[in-house]
Parts: sequence; structure tokens; C-alpha cells
Amino acid sequence: MKNAVGVAQPRIEGRAKVTGAARYAADVPIPGLAFGAVVLATVSLGRIRDIDVSAVQDMAGVLGVIDHRNAPRLNPKAGGFFGPDGQLQLLQDEVIPFAGRPVALVVAETLEQAQAAAEALPVTYDEEPHDTGFTADHPASRPAVAIFDEPVNVGDVEAELAASSVVVEEQYCTPEEHCSAMEPHSATAWWEGERLEAIDSNQGPFSIAVTLATLFSLSPDLVHVRTEHVGGGFGSKGLCGPQLILAAMAALLFGRPVRVTLTRAQVFLATAMRPAINQLIRIGADADGRLRAIHHEAAFEISPLVEYLEGCTELTKTLYAARSIRTRLSAVPLDILPPYSMRGPGATPGSFALESAMDELAERLGMDPLELRLRNEPVAGPVSGLPFSSRNLVACLREGARRFSWDTRDHRPRMRREGALLVGTGLAATSFSAGAFPSSATITAETDGTFTVAIGATDLGTGARTALTAIAADALAVGTERIRLRISDSGLGPAWGAGGSRGTTSWVWAITEAAEKLRGQECRGTVTVDTTRSLGELSSRERHSFSAVFAEVTVDPVTGEVRVRRLLGMFAVGRVVNPLMARSQVIGGMIGGLSMALHEEGIRDPVSGRHVNADFAGYHIAAHADVPDIEADFVPDYEPGIPMGVKGAGEIGNVGTAAAIANAVWHATGVRQRSLPIRLDRVLE
Amino acid sequence: MTNHHRSVISLQVNGVPHRLSVDNRTTLLDALREDIGHTGPKKGCDHGQCGACTVLLDGRRVVSCLTLAVAAEGAEITTAEGLAGDGELLPLQQAFIRLDGFQCGYCTSGQLCSAVGMLAEHTAGWPSAATADVSPDGPAPVLDAAEVRERMSGNLCRCGAYPSIVRAVLETAAQKETEG
Repeated sequence: MKNAVGVAQPRIEGRAKVTGAARYAADVPIPGLAFGAVVLATVSLGRIRDIDVSAVQDMAGVLGVIDHRNAPRLNPKAGGFFGPDGQLQLLQDEVIPFAGRPVALVVAETLEQAQAAAEALPVTYDEEPHDTGFTADHPASRPAVAIFDEPVNVGDVEAELAASSVVVEEQYCTPEEHCSAMEPHSATAWWEGERLEAIDSNQGPFSIAVTLATLFSLSPDLVHVRTEHVGGGFGSKGLCGPQLILAAMAALLFGRPVRVTLTRAQVFLATAMRPAINQLIRIGADADGRLRAIHHEAAFEISPLVEYLEGCTELTKTLYAARSIRTRLSAVPLDILPPYSMRGPGATPGSFALESAMDELAERLGMDPLELRLRNEPVAGPVSGLPFSSRNLVACLREGARRFSWDTRDHRPRMRREGALLVGTGLAATSFSAGAFPSSATITAETDGTFTVAIGATDLGTGARTALTAIAADALAVGTERIRLRISDSGLGPAWGAGGSRGTTSWVWAITEAAEKLRGQECRGTVTVDTTRSLGELSSRERHSFSAVFAEVTVDPVTGEVRVRRLLGMFAVGRVVNPLMARSQVIGGMIGGLSMALHEEGIRDPVSGRHVNADFAGYHIAAHADVPDIEADFVPDYEPGIPMGVKGAGEIGNVGTAAAIANAVWHATGVRQRSLPIRLDRVLE
Repeated sequence: MTNHHRSVISLQVNGVPHRLSVDNRTTLLDALREDIGHTGPKKGCDHGQCGACTVLLDGRRVVSCLTLAVAAEGAEITTAEGLAGDGELLPLQQAFIRLDGFQCGYCTSGQLCSAVGMLAEHTAGWPSAATADVSPDGPAPVLDAAEVRERMSGNLCRCGAYPSIVRAVLETAAQKETEG
């Protein structure tokens, strides 16, 4: 029988998606539905003085208003990965911790009625002086929570820097960035007796259901969350979102199904963003390019409501052999929307700093930036000393360089012109950690010869539905037509969500383990497995995906416009489950990186502290005209510790692209771009 | 509610006539989604900035979130659900599947309707900002990748399926030309 894994196949749900038949959270028809419109705080710090419900309660169709005076009490222990999350405690008191905090939900018979009443609802505040001004040396700065990406200090960084022939010491700044999935967060909730039913757009229905159960002090088996098609997440749908909490409250108070869909502005103002970050890099090297020291510090903003860690120094511990490495992360609490993971958290902004600094080092050494990277290839984890499970960065760099004709590059800046345009090329090396989290899966051998494979996975557009069908088919040694995959439902058992580039690895592990068990009983009956134990037996190794990104840009020095003309990524992401979808995914990541490099910047008004460009006119994400034809390909790679040899490809595409583009802009102009985005005014001559 | 807040309108949607009473504030997008039940058109921004709600109105592409339902009185609307009629998928839809012109699929209905409208605009000789010679006597613009990207830029895709979408549109256009 031919394997299904490794074969390029279009998506299973393709027909549904090109005919408009695929139903997303806001599309599912529900009888007796009422609509909730969210009202957000307009001040950055203070207290609600009054919400004048009487002004709207007689408006046509209005069923009522929920605010802190009548909202159901929520359990303050509810949280997630970073502990109890004050962001989830909606409508519990009159305190406003940031502009964009939901203060009320207006519920009405129709969407138009709910929106009109929400706009008309008078809310007054007692404002307090806020602080939304992020700087690295802010007096409130303190060490970041060390859940992962802990601070390290290997060797003597100061002595090695002093002994270095060349030292680069620079700061790199990245702004607040927004996940901007095309589907705004939407939830529909209703109560069936004691049981809370919800359809919600999220990245992992099981963990969302657990959080929701905790919030409403319900037994987890009384909360059921479904999420069939999700219009992208990129991190912003990893948490139990305001739409779901408010819909559940409204369904409880009004005794009927309620749908709450955030407006686009509300998605910007009230769902996860990447924090503003300021990074310091010091790299020292001998004249031959061998690294003596890397010192990497990053400071990022957080909210006092909940911990968060932007692990910017992950690559610094992975990519290069240096005699000494020191890293430190600091958090600055401010009166802002709580930051959270955005695609490639930590690694993406961290890579911009590290790989820009490496390019600056190559410049000062008078060395080919490709050669500088090859010369510092480590034999083991530079900090951990652990062996790499598989490391194919050099293959990515060499194959990318060949395809990009890198050997013809004149490494001096500002040497290429085409008419009025300056032309430059740049590269970046990249890694992203690989691993898996505990998940469960159930496989049932049906009497008709098919297999029902149930797992609490979700498909945000990653292709999980298609990939897991292929995985299950191979694991059971049957054709894909005999697999009936069930996902996107919290009732299917504990499972990691789609995030951290650990969706596929976690789910593959559970499915293959279940398949093995079922085959052990001659493919009869039903088996359920949980991978917690086998994951614990995984040996300690450095496990990462790797890539090399090459960019060519043109710069118009008169207008300051940068255009990316060519973008090539070579990837080592373990075994590729479906080359068609994997290529799409890493290309999409690279486009996210391009958008980060050139366009994306959340801007705050320093006086009000409010985010002022909360729409797609003010916050531009790359559009068709910004994006060239992009090349992406895979070098042979295999992860020995994870079933099927997979690593995960969801985020690595984003990681190196901004640095490759910034390095290309330097090569074109001779001017370094250490702040993103590379705006016209930063390039203009 | 008094009647001056509501209007009765007629719409032909994907070949089917509909007569419905709408709140005067209702957009064409909400009428299609909430009143008629065609949820193919999506609400990505409600501001005409993302293109996910794009439908064909009397054959031309419009953002249905910026079109009031009452202003579409009597119009013939085609949504993604109606592109293929009852039969086989359009070559464009097939190319989207084959070339993987989407990931999450949320923008796809809009991308498809926009591409159909855009190809018709190009066939009719309309220039774009990427057209070198826009004079009335100039040659018909050649539909290359730059033209497609410019003309499709009203349709955002956060998954980054742009290169595959452009390829699908160009292949479809070339196929049409060969078939003459």
C-alpha cells in the first residue's frame, strides 16, 4: 500500500471552502438566536462612574444590558499557560485596566438593534493617570517570569567581548503587532439545562472548554465547545476570548442562544497582540569570524492582569557556537491590552535582532554573511550541551545560496542600481523549537471497514484535517478513504491546541499510538490513548526546525519605498506530511514576516494611551500587491524522537524573514534598519 | 416598530428571487447572511477594507458590507455559493483547490468573487494602476502577475495564500484565452 504521508494532496475541505459552504463560528444557523454587541472602555486607566442603561433599554429590540452590576460572578482562578488571567474576569468590577477592556454587552433581537444600542449606551468614567509609554529602561521593568526561555550565562561574556577583534553592540525595536486573522472572533452560546453549549472560533476547543468551565464554576463535562472551521488564529484565538465569555453570560441571563461577534476594531483592541519589544545585542568575534560572545537582552511590555513571556532569546541559545552566551528577559507592566503569543512568538522578533546583528558583524569583519554563519555551526546545543536530534541548517543555507546565486553577490552595500532604484540582497538563518504536548485520541474500527479517528485537534487553515487523515491512514495501513476524522470538538478528549508549532506533532503522537494499540487487538473495537506517559519518556535533545531565508529588495531613495522582489526560504521541518499544504504554510509565514518587516505597527496616542489605527486602513497587512511570487522548499529532514518524524511548520516561516529583508535593505542602501517596520520615513534620503 | 424603519426589497440571489423586509440599516452583507442564509460572503471588517464580503452585483464586484440592502433593490447578486451554479465547479474554483489558493478559507469567497469580477473588468479593457498605458487608445492591458496583484489588492488574506491565488487566476485566464 502506498503511503499517504509525504504526498501532495489538496485539502479535504477544499470544495466546501470554494463554494462558501464551510461554516465558521458566525455562520451556523441557530433557532431563536439573539445578538450581543460589545462595548469597550475608551479610557486607559480608571473606573466606571456610570453606565446609563435606561438610555437604551427601550430601544427597539433591546433585551437588556450586562455590565459589572448584573454580570454572573466568575471564578478568579481561571487562567491558562501563564497562570490566573485577569483578562478573563470580564464585567466583574468597575476597574478599567486598559482601553479596550469590555465594559458592557448589549443584547437585542437583531444585529442592527444590538449595534445601535451599543453605540448609544452612555458610559462615563473617572479617569486616572495612565502609563502606556514603553521603554526598555522603564522604572517598572523587572525580570520576566522564567517559565521557559530562562536567562542563561555561559562562559564569561565580558572577558570574551574584551578579547574580541570586532564587537557589534546595537539595539533593535519592534512595535506592537496584531495577529489579524481574517475571521473576527465569534461565539454563540446557549444552555441546555445545566450544560453550556458553545460554538466558538478558537485554536483548541478542549482547553477553551476547561477554562470556560473554571470561569463559570462548572464541571468540565458540562461545557461543550465546538469549532469546526476557524478563519485563522495566529495566536489570537489561543485564549478563551471575550466573545465566548460574554456570550455564555448573556445566554445565562436571557435564557436563549446569544451570538457575540467582535468588530474588527474590537479584534485589534481586545484580543492578543505581540508586545512592543526593545532588544540589545552585543556580539564579539575574532577576525576570522569565530564568535566569542553573544549577549542578548530583551525588554517587552506586559499588562499587570496576566503574566506573559516573549521568549526572544530562544535562537540565541540554538543557532551559533559561541564561547560565551548571556541572555536576559525583562517585562515592563503598563496599562495596555495584555500581550500574548502572535505567530512565532519570541523567535520572530528575537530573530530580527540576532540575525540583523550577525549581518552587521559580517559587514564589520568584511566577510560573506553566509560564511559567517557556516563558520559558527555548533556540534551540540551552545547552552545546553545536548546533542541536536537533527540539525539541517547548513543544508538550508547551502541549498538556498545555490538557488539564489548568492556566490555572485558583491557584499559591499549600495553597489547595485537599476535606474532610480537601489537593489540589495540579504539572508537570515532561523530555528524554531520542536516538541509535543500530551494529547488523547480515540480510534474505533467500524463494522463497514472504516475507522473513526477522534481527536480534539482543530484546523485553523493549517490543513490539520487533511494531514491527520493521511497520518491515520498510514498508521492503520489503510487507504485515506477508510478514515473518518473527527476534530474540532471539546468532547473528543484532552488535546493540545493548534499553537506553538506543536499541533501536528502532538496529534500525530496520539493517533499513531492509538493506531498501534488498535492493530495490537487485530483492528477491532475502540481504543483510547493518552500520550502523557510516552511523551515523558522522550530523551533530552535539542529539537528544532531550521530554515534559511533569502530576500532581494528594491529601494526607491526618493520615496523611501521598499519592495520585496524575491523571497526564498529553505526549510528543515522534519518529515513533510503534505508538501502542497506545508509549502503554503511556510510561504504564508514568510508573507507574515514580510508584512512585519515593512508594514505592521500598532500606534498609541501618548495622551489617551489608546491604539489609534485599529482597522485595516490604518494597520496595513501585506496585500496582493506587496507580495512577489515566493519560493519555498524543503531539505530532507527527520525528527527521530517524534512519531512519523515530524517537527511542525506553523511558525518557522515567519521567523527569519524580517531580518533577511532588513539586511537586504542595508545591502541596497548602506543604512541599517534597526526598528520595524521599515517605513518610508526611515528609508527616505 | 413603525414601517419607515423597514423596507421590503426584491433581490435575485444566485438565480433565486427573494422578497424580504429589511431594517433600513441592514447591509447587503447582513441581508445575505442573516436573512437569506448565504454565509459564503464573510464579515472580515465591515468597513470595506478586507474584501471578504465581496459579491457580484449585476455582474460587478462590490463589497457587500458597504452596500445597503435597500440600495441593492432589484439587483442580481452572485455569491460564492452561486458561482458554480448546480453543476461542476468553475475552472477558477478548481484551480484554487488544486494550487492551494487558501488556507483558513475565510477570505476565499471574496477572493473568488473578486477574481471573477476582475477578469470581466480586464476583458472589458479596464486599466489598473499597474497598466503602463492607460490612454483611451492604448492597447488592451496584458494580464500579468503585476496586473492581477494590483487588481486583487482589495482582498486581504492573512494566511498568505497570495502567490497561489495569483497563479490560479492567471492559469484560469490563460485557459479561457486558449478556449477562445
